[in-house]
Amino acid sequence: MDGEDDGVLRVVVLFPELLGTYGDAGNGLVLAQRARRRGTECELVSVGLHDPLPDADIYLLGGGEDGPQRLACDLLARSSFAERIGDGVHVVAVCAGLQLLGHSFCVEGDDEYAGLGVVDVVTRRGTTRSVGEMAVDVDGRLLVGFENHGGRTTLGAGVPPLGKMVHGRGNDGAVDGFRTGSIWATYAHGPVLAMNPWFCDEVLSSVLGRTLEPLHGAADLLYAQRCAVLSPRSRA
Amino acid sequence: MLATRTDTGRFRPRALPLWRLVRVANGSSRVLRGAGFTSSKHRESAADGTCRVLQRSELIGGGKRTLAVSVKSVSKGHSFREDLAVMAVRGVNWMSRATGRGAGTVAGGRVGLWIDPDLLAKLARGRTIVLVSGTNGKTTTTALCAAGWGGDVATNVTGSNMPPGHVAALVGSTSERVVLEADEAWLANVVRATSPRVVVLLNLSRDQLDRASEVRQMAERWHQCLAAPENAQLVVVANANDPLVAYAATASSNVRWCDVATSWMADARSCPRCTLPLEHSDNDWHCSCGFAKPSTLAATLDGVLHVGSEQAELDLSIPGDFNRGNAALAATALAELGVGLGGAVARMNTLSGVAGRFTLRRWGRHTLRLLLAKNPAGFDALLSTVDQGDSDVWVAINAQIADGRDPSWLYDVAFERLRGHRVWCLGERRLDLATRLDYADVDYEIVDDVTSLPVSAAPVEMLANYTAFSEWMARTTAC
Repeated sequence: MDGEDDGVLRVVVLFPELLGTYGDAGNGLVLAQRARRRGTECELVSVGLHDPLPDADIYLLGGGEDGPQRLACDLLARSSFAERIGDGVHVVAVCAGLQLLGHSFCVEGDDEYAGLGVVDVVTRRGTTRSVGEMAVDVDGRLLVGFENHGGRTTLGAGVPPLGKMVHGRGNDGAVDGFRTGSIWATYAHGPVLAMNPWFCDEVLSSVLGRTLEPLHGAADLLYAQRCAVLSPRSRA
Repeated sequence: MLATRTDTGRFRPRALPLWRLVRVANGSSRVLRGAGFTSSKHRESAADGTCRVLQRSELIGGGKRTLAVSVKSVSKGHSFREDLAVMAVRGVNWMSRATGRGAGTVAGGRVGLWIDPDLLAKLARGRTIVLVSGTNGKTTTTALCAAGWGGDVATNVTGSNMPPGHVAALVGSTSERVVLEADEAWLANVVRATSPRVVVLLNLSRDQLDRASEVRQMAERWHQCLAAPENAQLVVVANANDPLVAYAATASSNVRWCDVATSWMADARSCPRCTLPLEHSDNDWHCSCGFAKPSTLAATLDGVLHVGSEQAELDLSIPGDFNRGNAALAATALAELGVGLGGAVARMNTLSGVAGRFTLRRWGRHTLRLLLAKNPAGFDALLSTVDQGDSDVWVAINAQIADGRDPSWLYDVAFERLRGHRVWCLGERRLDLATRLDYADVDYEIVDDVTSLPVSAAPVEMLANYTAFSEWMARTTAC
């Protein structure tokens, strides 16, 4: 773990009051619960608007509306968040959270609002909003979720996407999100870690630095059901 | 063919082409072109409700050309188009009910608006209208308002809250008193069509974001509607504790602010006016930009309801603090219409159920209290009435278009409050619900076959979102 070496996993949800429109705070809960159920002590922290940025093993960024997204970006820009990313802290960012890690994004009244610029990514306004269920092929495994955004994200030359679109739009209709160093980013908003237990465990395993024993629950049934609905074979 | 779909997937009526109306109405009087003659008939309705019929006939024969033009005025207060539209609303709704295809409140309204796009405005003329809008509590507040007013009140109590439903309600009753609930996204259209005396604004929170996109945009649309000069006269009754509602209502100079308990604040953490963080404290909120909870209050609710200089004891038959707040807003609206507070509250107190909600219902050997909860704020309010008891809890979740296709919002609901209860997961998205409950450490059971549900001695508390609620309404009967 990257945080204080006291054996406690620190999961920090950043500004759920601003970036939590689609149940995104659920990702923190799911990550913490899957760690706890494997015997790892875990502290789940929500950062409020006036709180200083706490230490963390992993930071979670959610989705949000234009105004709150801009405010969250400003608050993060004034904090040590970018330095911590430079130091290799883990981050899972979805939707608006994905956009504000890049060089710029669109909000009402400003099509080039400056982001944190920690990843070589630019988001422009799309002609239509992308709303619906989505599925992404991540190294042969399916990531399922729901997207609801108006952005078109272009990745810089050295930035690999998280995966290829199987269904839905993601960044641009071809690929979704990005995967750099210790950052996972996707347009699958809300409880993407709840819907995709394998993805949650991949993140958790990387944070804890060990392989994880299997954990069974309702999430496996849910994942199987959404895959059956969204996989290319069933849609053909 | 009957309608065009807007980007939000909702219904927008399109006018029936006039030439088809003429043909429908008069059989042979459509445009006819035969050997040697042309005949056409044209009907025009004016804003005052009168109607003119122009007939033009042209005969060519024997080297002569005869032109006959007749203009006939029909002034019966209603246009022919309106009369036909009203007949269609009645007929289609009757058929819909008779064939069991629906509650008979939408299909007829759609056909009526297709025949006459101005039908709602025409039906609203000369009546005293109260509109109720907001994310949660519309149907109940509308019912409370109608009950509190007393006598014959035209209302869309089945919750059909878009123009077809309003048309059906106004065709169904000629009462001068009208209370209509209006879908948040349709409020501006309905205000324009009906020129209401009072608009009640309850609350705004995240709901069906796949269709409505952003909550703050909704507040902005309301704000624009109320800022329009033609709406300067209408009275706005607004919840002062909801910053998004307050933002919308401040566009009007005619607001009666009500101080009612509002627990859901998650969509108003940043200022609706300037986006800086809003400071919340006990029953108060303000922003450094100066935007703050209104201080001039028309109504307050502690143990007793105060509206203006009057006061009354609220002792509702329906449960929940949120419904006490809804009643306070309804009573404030009625006070604007000169309805005395004591009488209005006494009549509201007797209302025991609203469109099947809150009352006990039977299904086979099961007895259940069916509650509609469509979104996080709605669940938040209802969980507070459910979590105190020790009854079994059934929760049914669907994700059809009317529910919103995205069940992500389940993670915004504090299901942790159901720890200690056993929760049966039903509906098309029961696995999403079960996963949420699993991570909340709540005891759950996934129900693939509803006939396997165990019968419990005490009534079951059942929470269902929109289409799941409708299914269970149809499945159960009143006790």
